[in-house]
Amino acid sequence: MGKYFEMLMEDVRLKEGLTACMNCGVCTGVCPAAEFYNYDPRQIVNIVQGQDDDEIEQLLRSDTIWYCGECMSCRPRCPRGNTPGYVIQALRTLSQKTGLFVESEKGRQQLAIKRIVGEHILEKGYCISPKLVKPEAHPEQGPVWEWIYEHDEDVFTRFNPNYNRAGAGAVRRLDEQTLGEIREIFRVSGGQEMFDTIERHSERKAREMGYDGADDRYMSDVYRTNSGNHH
Amino acid sequence: MSMKRNSWKEYQKEIAEDHYYYARSCIRQNFFPGSEAAFLRILQENLSKDIFDDPRHTSCTGIGYHSDIVPLETIMTVVARQFSLMNAAGYENFASSCITSFGIYTEILETWNEFPETEERTRENLWKATKREFVKPKNLAHTSDIIFHFREEIARQAKYRLVNARTGEPLKGVEHIGCHYAKIFPKSGVGGAEFPYVLAGMIESWGGEVVDYPERRHCCGFGFRNYLVQANRGYSVANSQKKFESMAPYKPDFIVCNCPGCTMFLDKWQYTIAEMEGTTYGQDGIGIPVLTYEELAGLVLGYDPWDLGMQMHQVNVEPLLDKMGVRYDPEAKYLGKNGKFIGAPREAAVNCFSGERLYRIQR
Repeated sequence: MGKYFEMLMEDVRLKEGLTACMNCGVCTGVCPAAEFYNYDPRQIVNIVQGQDDDEIEQLLRSDTIWYCGECMSCRPRCPRGNTPGYVIQALRTLSQKTGLFVESEKGRQQLAIKRIVGEHILEKGYCISPKLVKPEAHPEQGPVWEWIYEHDEDVFTRFNPNYNRAGAGAVRRLDEQTLGEIREIFRVSGGQEMFDTIERHSERKAREMGYDGADDRYMSDVYRTNSGNHH
Repeated sequence: MSMKRNSWKEYQKEIAEDHYYYARSCIRQNFFPGSEAAFLRILQENLSKDIFDDPRHTSCTGIGYHSDIVPLETIMTVVARQFSLMNAAGYENFASSCITSFGIYTEILETWNEFPETEERTRENLWKATKREFVKPKNLAHTSDIIFHFREEIARQAKYRLVNARTGEPLKGVEHIGCHYAKIFPKSGVGGAEFPYVLAGMIESWGGEVVDYPERRHCCGFGFRNYLVQANRGYSVANSQKKFESMAPYKPDFIVCNCPGCTMFLDKWQYTIAEMEGTTYGQDGIGIPVLTYEELAGLVLGYDPWDLGMQMHQVNVEPLLDKMGVRYDPEAKYLGKNGKFIGAPREAAVNCFSGERLYRIQR
């Protein structure tokens, strides 16, 4: 048994998600990621249950573990009660803790998610809010969203007079005590440490790749770049 | 056939009758704020129920958790804080407005049960961070469970039905459940993972007909990091497209979704596909209107569609309103606060019939 497998087994999601896989491939058959990417959850589960350290390290460095959409469609269909989606969650957590996530194009995207969603949680208490969905970064949202974005005060106050203000209702402004509690929860439970780890390894990798650190240019590139080698 | 029709009854869940603590959804409040307002209004005004809208609760951080930047221990502690707020407000029945959150709450309660040391650590973290303690909810429901629970009462108060007002034929509705409602824990959802009945029950009670189609259980394609990062969005639109191609031959009059994310994606990806490929999936060469279940219930109860927030949809809902015979003021669609006109969005291919944009099935 290798050190990576032991580290994975510290995660309750791996204990819950993997007992003995018989390689039937039902998970791959129902997987939306397997339809779109060169991706096979059956193979990932098989590698992990093999407990070979070198092979697990290859996974931690790869694009492969970042293809899953965590829809968990695999969970109710597995005849052995396994959850490949949980195995993926444990692998991704370990890839970030060890810094190996920056060795793949898809893994490096964690910086963008941390800076967009993660920092928004600490700042506003929500994963997203209207002004975060900028039309130039979200052309798929279409002209109605552009209209909403431009007239947000008019559109949202029709449903909640407290829009962006103190009080109850949709997209209200959270009070400072609430936000202080959320930030403190992140500090004591490892959330802040995860954010710092993502930043630290991204900074190192960005310099290795010739950027002046994990700056806006690096961030923009990891957010937008698709090498097209994933299918 | 009878097995299919009855199997949902094996997955019955307890849904509290009254006194709910309401937890909003990041995505629903962002894209469908009128739906959250309508849910509270339906419960309070139509059903005379007590529901508490607490300004102090936050996101469950589920989008961060499922894109793997928020650790399990952190989201457990955030969830524990929500339960603590519910306790402090004097409530025992937790009602989540979000499918991702509902999956998170269900999973965390199960994990605490299976691995008690994780609950112990969560209690320590919560105390350390906030000096709060918590008692777990007596009842956990998704807000659609509550509408489902009272669907017959809503039918009794109906002003409109899901029936074509001109022909008298039932309108055809595609229901999309949202993966995290019951795929993680089938027993947590009405009807389980294979034959979920939570939305189908609403459609049937309100006079409509449920469309069964091959990709009915397929994911909408959100895929968390697969949408959040611009480079990955092909995954998301491709999976939605798979569903549209599969449902279109059945000529649905509307799509109703359980999950706010799914509602948004099935609406916005129709726009994208129409712009990119000239393909539309609805009847008469336009898109299929996509609704939240709150909007569907609100229309049935006679709420004004613009009070429900349906002007925020990219695919126009007017074709459905017209089929149902709903009376509405087209001029009021784009009014802001104080009733002033604030301009209209640009037109989009998904809402404009053109002979060159005929629906096609790639088979």
